[in-house]
Amino acid sequence: MVPINYYIILSAILFTIGALGVLIRRNALIIFMSVELMLNAANLAMVAFSSVLKSFSGQIFVFFVIAVAAAEVAVGLALIVEIFKSKRSIDVDQMNSMKG
Amino acid sequence: MTLELILFLVLALIAVATAMGMLISRNAVYSALFLVLNFVTVAVFYLLLGAPFIAMSQVTVYAGAIMVLFLFVIMLLGAESLPKAEVLPWQKPLAIFLAVLLTVEASYVLITRARPVGEILPPGDAVNTMDNLRQLGMTLFNEYLLPFEVTSILLLVAMVGAIVLIRKDRRVR
Repeated sequence: MVPINYYIILSAILFTIGALGVLIRRNALIIFMSVELMLNAANLAMVAFSSVLKSFSGQIFVFFVIAVAAAEVAVGLALIVEIFKSKRSIDVDQMNSMKG
Repeated sequence: MTLELILFLVLALIAVATAMGMLISRNAVYSALFLVLNFVTVAVFYLLLGAPFIAMSQVTVYAGAIMVLFLFVIMLLGAESLPKAEVLPWQKPLAIFLAVLLTVEASYVLITRARPVGEILPPGDAVNTMDNLRQLGMTLFNEYLLPFEVTSILLLVAMVGAIVLIRKDRRVR
């Protein structure tokens, strides 16, 4: 028997690591992976609540989040490839001009 | 200390360690592989929480499709590692301090104010039956039918958007 608090703390820790990744990394791909990690941390909390409440709604929300993440990755990676084509770099510090 | 608690702690350690590995790896390919391991660990958590369908979706969609796409783009761009350059030297320590603060704050608020009660019991045999999946499907297609359809449109828009972004510009500049 694991108290649900443990799952929530784990979720908070994973979310913070994701947020930290967005803040300190400069590689656009790694920033993007950190966003995925944050989505995943939220999913973990939702499934934990769903398990405690004996309800399927949390699991279905997670299902939608996974679908949205897949859509987001498709568009985001297309954008990154496009930025790389014009800047020859995916360093976010280089993306400092409005005109591509 | 029960067996489930030990299992939880070991898996939590792996999850946090792989997330940190993703964060500090210099090479983007290593980061992606650490993240795959993290996603698989979270899938095991879903199995422990009695959500086998979500666990399998996690492995196929996240660890399978999304991370393969990531690895493909990393290798396509040849962007494994960036040259070291600190534009804002004070930003990294500040970010780490704020992140630690955020963890403490979030844990404190979630535990003391939200007061989640309840314990995660190990899932019984009922989870592995077809009936569990049938109930999930009934909930999905009865209560959440409209969000489901909106998701299909969202996926279509994402697909079209990705193609529009990537295709060669035919206009004469």
